[in-house]
Amino acid sequence: MANKRIDEPTGIETVGHEWDGIEELNNPLPRWWVTTFWLCVVFSIGYMVVYPAIPLLKSGTEGMWGWSSRGQLAAEMDKAATERKPVLDAIAATSLDAILADPKMLDQAKAGGKAAFKQNCVQCHGAGAAGGIGYPNLKDADWLWGGSAQDIEFTITHGIRSPGVDTTRTSLMPSFGKDGVLQGGQIADVTSYVRSLSGKAPNDAAAQRGAAVFAANCVACHGTDGKGLRQFGAPNLADGVWLYGGSQEQVSASISKAHAGVMPAWAGKLDAVTIKMLAVYVHSLGGGEKFQAAAPAAAAPPADGTGNAKP
Amino acid sequence: MESLVTRAGLWFVALLFAIFMYVNAVDAPFAIHMGVFGLAALAGLVISLRKPDYKALATGGAALPDQSRYDDDLIRTGVILATFWGCVGFLVGLYIALQLAFPALNLGLEWTTFGRLRPLHTSAVIFAFGGTALITTSFYIVQRTCRARLALPGVARFVFWGYQLFIALAATGYLLGVTQSKEYAEPEWYVDLWLTLVWVAYLAVFVGTILKRKEPHIYVANWFFLSFILTVAMLHLVNNAVVPVSLFGSKSYPVWGGVQGALVQWWYGHNAVGFFLTAGFLGMMYYFVPKQAERPVYSYRLSIVHFWGLIFLYIWAGPHHLHYTALPDWAQTLGMVFSIMLWMPSWGGMINGLMTLNGAWDKVRTDPIIRMMVLSVAFYGMSTFEGPMMSIKSVNSLSHYTDWTIGHVHSGALGWNGMITFSAIYYLAPRLWGRERMYSLRMINWHFWLATLGIVFYASAMWVTGIMEGLMWREYGSDGYLLYSFVETVAAKFPMYLLRAFGGVLYLSGALIMAFNVWQTIAGKLRQEEPLRQAAYDPNADRPLAAAPAE
Repeated sequence: MANKRIDEPTGIETVGHEWDGIEELNNPLPRWWVTTFWLCVVFSIGYMVVYPAIPLLKSGTEGMWGWSSRGQLAAEMDKAATERKPVLDAIAATSLDAILADPKMLDQAKAGGKAAFKQNCVQCHGAGAAGGIGYPNLKDADWLWGGSAQDIEFTITHGIRSPGVDTTRTSLMPSFGKDGVLQGGQIADVTSYVRSLSGKAPNDAAAQRGAAVFAANCVACHGTDGKGLRQFGAPNLADGVWLYGGSQEQVSASISKAHAGVMPAWAGKLDAVTIKMLAVYVHSLGGGEKFQAAAPAAAAPPADGTGNAKP
Repeated sequence: MESLVTRAGLWFVALLFAIFMYVNAVDAPFAIHMGVFGLAALAGLVISLRKPDYKALATGGAALPDQSRYDDDLIRTGVILATFWGCVGFLVGLYIALQLAFPALNLGLEWTTFGRLRPLHTSAVIFAFGGTALITTSFYIVQRTCRARLALPGVARFVFWGYQLFIALAATGYLLGVTQSKEYAEPEWYVDLWLTLVWVAYLAVFVGTILKRKEPHIYVANWFFLSFILTVAMLHLVNNAVVPVSLFGSKSYPVWGGVQGALVQWWYGHNAVGFFLTAGFLGMMYYFVPKQAERPVYSYRLSIVHFWGLIFLYIWAGPHHLHYTALPDWAQTLGMVFSIMLWMPSWGGMINGLMTLNGAWDKVRTDPIIRMMVLSVAFYGMSTFEGPMMSIKSVNSLSHYTDWTIGHVHSGALGWNGMITFSAIYYLAPRLWGRERMYSLRMINWHFWLATLGIVFYASAMWVTGIMEGLMWREYGSDGYLLYSFVETVAAKFPMYLLRAFGGVLYLSGALIMAFNVWQTIAGKLRQEEPLRQAAYDPNADRPLAAAPAE
């Protein structure tokens, strides 16, 4: 190397190469750099000895500590399950009414239900359970299929119009416009009438004409007073709560082309205790009702005096 | 004359081919892309027919370009295009950052959804901005350090413009919804084939220039560029092994499936970072830092050892992207330990970059370009420490899938890749256009501070959200149940999303100032401004009064 020289500011010799004016100093590798590198290598070799690391013909080495990511997950899940087991066993063995009456168990069930809700239910009902268009608000006192803990448990277990589930809650409102049962003017009239029930439209001539249409077509499910019938999941039309919106256009659209929302049956996806805790949690959100012992299937008026009926 | 006919003939065949593919296309995006390809072939045909001096050709005296100067036409274009692509990429990045905070900005149109704009952003900054800068600077550096003009000048032009066509095809493809759904390898099979052609030509030009060098040795920057070109070729070919559904359609399916596919993808993805964003940009660093500092490279030995260390270790580190997945535990372990061993070889580049300033540290105070380079290398050091740390399984179990990863990537991309490219542009622009200096050094200083603050806002916001959401996802209440739903962790990030977007505004403004500065420099203007200087200092006066003699 012909062009070696001592670099003045640092006192280090150059290597003697030069490219476009760039030279290189002959500094040694920094000692700390080499040491740290070898420490990393030593750590890595040690890590490879104790953890699975070397690929062999059929599978890798297992490592001295016998660790596996699946094993770690299983151990952590087992530990958590063991810790929760006494509480879950107690909830499983206690009736819903007894849970609601026991503050400590109620808290435990609500905690479990809340966790399951956040994982499984928020996608439709929202993180705050307030629902949205097409997805019921679970915080109010307006229930389509009943608001007692037992009713809610049944709904979660079997779902609503859940395909392929025989025990699911089911009903179907006719599409009065699409199927040609009612004409455009009749739909407009009955819309006005329905909206007048909750004071959203004046009780004018159109509403009065609509009352006759309502009496002829709607009372079988929604009741003579329009307050709904829960055995059909038929909503209360007089309480100002609208699953698919309460504007003239929205109500008219629902009459013309009926909705048939689906909630999946959770039996099989969630275990019975989790569903029970979910029922308690949803029941506790604000609109929970007391269980009415076996209402006969006959067309009786819906449960009254339980917070559901609104003027 | 023969070369003219051959060249024009090749473009004509390409045009006919594009028309044939266009006519037979089975889906609209493919037809559009073949239209774009046809237009490019037409442009190539027109240029190759119009450019030559026919009079000179007829008399047999076609003038060769001035062989006593370097071949810098492409490099001038490259500096302009890199600046342009940078601004575009940062703007799209800012927009998608705002989309995350305000989903209404998706506009309800399929073309402007986050899912399509996000790859547009990543490709615009990595491949359009970074790739154009790499091709441009590598052509500049390889000529200077080999003391030779570019080999195969015609092929070099094909490489440059062919790469721009790749960018155009990729970008329009994203908006049209054409994607392989492989991160950083989204373009479909026919765009991949085109890039392969361009890349092989790139290798030929680069190696050709090295072969005709007038220097006895190959400079370290060229080792890095060569490893970048070779490895990216290999990664590109293996990860894009796909079978097209139709030769006339845009859809394909990968050869690798399941966990093998995931491993190949992250072997690619990680080494795209390793060889595109690290090795390539180290090539830039090894030329521009010693040139701007006017100092020798700190250690030749270190450059050799850290080069080979980096090359050998990086390629195995990909599996750390798949911790706690279906990937077998042994492969995860290897991905992690190779990442840890990679720490020091990565830092070798930082040491060589920073210590090259030995004897010139005062320039950090007075030269905003040096300041930018120092910050760039410092961010390189931070990211290459953070990376191995995040590859440790227990850290990864907290950081994976969170915004921490986004913060990590951006401290590297904005800090290291962005800043070293900006300083290279500032170095190149006055030299390429024969100006005394950049239009304004004070604007470079503004760019430096805007970019630095932008990165600080961006990265710290993402670190905070990343660790926050990682903790929220795993937080159990006293009853033994998870406390938060996913959507609650998303909602909790909103304020940090605003801060991140603010950081993006700062970074983008810095880049726009750079674009203006480059524009004015090219226009030949010189801003009248106070020079950047320090206050007066008299070393003779800077001493205590002579001590009274002891008794």
